[in-house]
Amino acid sequence: MIFVTVGAQMPFDRLVGWVDDWARAGDRDDVVAQIGPTDLVPTRLRVLPFLDPPEFRRTMEAADVIVSHAGMGTILTALELGKPILVVPRLGSRGETRNDHQVATADRFAADGLVCVAQSPEELALQLRELEQGANVRARISSRADDRLLTRIRAFVDGAPGSPR
Amino acid sequence: MSGSKPTPVRKVLAVASGGGHWVQLRRVIPALEGHRVVYLTIHPTYRTDVPDAKVHIVNDATRWDRIGSLRMALRILWVVLREWPDVVLSTGAAPGFFAIFFGRLLGARTIWLDSIANVEEVSMSGRMVRRHADLWLTQWPHLAGPDGPECAGRVF
Repeated sequence: MIFVTVGAQMPFDRLVGWVDDWARAGDRDDVVAQIGPTDLVPTRLRVLPFLDPPEFRRTMEAADVIVSHAGMGTILTALELGKPILVVPRLGSRGETRNDHQVATADRFAADGLVCVAQSPEELALQLRELEQGANVRARISSRADDRLLTRIRAFVDGAPGSPR
Repeated sequence: MSGSKPTPVRKVLAVASGGGHWVQLRRVIPALEGHRVVYLTIHPTYRTDVPDAKVHIVNDATRWDRIGSLRMALRILWVVLREWPDVVLSTGAAPGFFAIFFGRLLGARTIWLDSIANVEEVSMSGRMVRRHADLWLTQWPHLAGPDGPECAGRVF
């Protein structure tokens, strides 16, 4: 099963359209999608309503491949679950988000080999084929921040003034 | 100093808006073990992630939505007054700015952890909160510097 998610805040019809076309071309009926607030009606994707965090996690867990905008919530959850993830960055120039920060995020995470990136329907089809053949399956990352960050925050909080409660 | 005293328990207001901000907040919560954590976020469904904790919900708003932002700010002021935290910790975005702003006015020590999504520059809310954050963190070493935020690791 392939799980497509664009987050809950904004639509991302370009991505949903690409995957819908891909699913129709390949006669796929195992693609589910969370498409955000939009009027778009996909022909092949099975649209899911807003998922609460446990439902979202369960759907991610059940999926073989995740296709997503370059949102950190989805990327981090996919890495936590060890799921291969293909991201399409939202573009500020197309009004898909307020600026191009998702492009930089996607590039940075792709450079570290953590995500795959597609910028066109052709790239999406190519990457999906590779991911479905088992490319980029990875070990799960820990569910907590790195020790250095935790230690820094702990030291600050422990040292903060305040009355014992 | 000999004879270590146990660290006093602090009340920490942990603040994040939705999506990645919330996920990143949850990843740093282990740093607060032993302290009392109260949450402030924007989706009631997020309560399922922290079933044993007290969670305040406010509306979300972008900075272009003046009415929504004002409503959000007032609600956050109310939460901060009621909780009167020792520490405010936020991973963004707008609700974190307001919580840190009001929290510091009431004497809380404040931590801003800018989202790992901000690769090229610190976020707008991160820049706005700078003067009010006692600990101002980025997750990217190349954005850190003597005149900028500190980088002390990242959320994964």
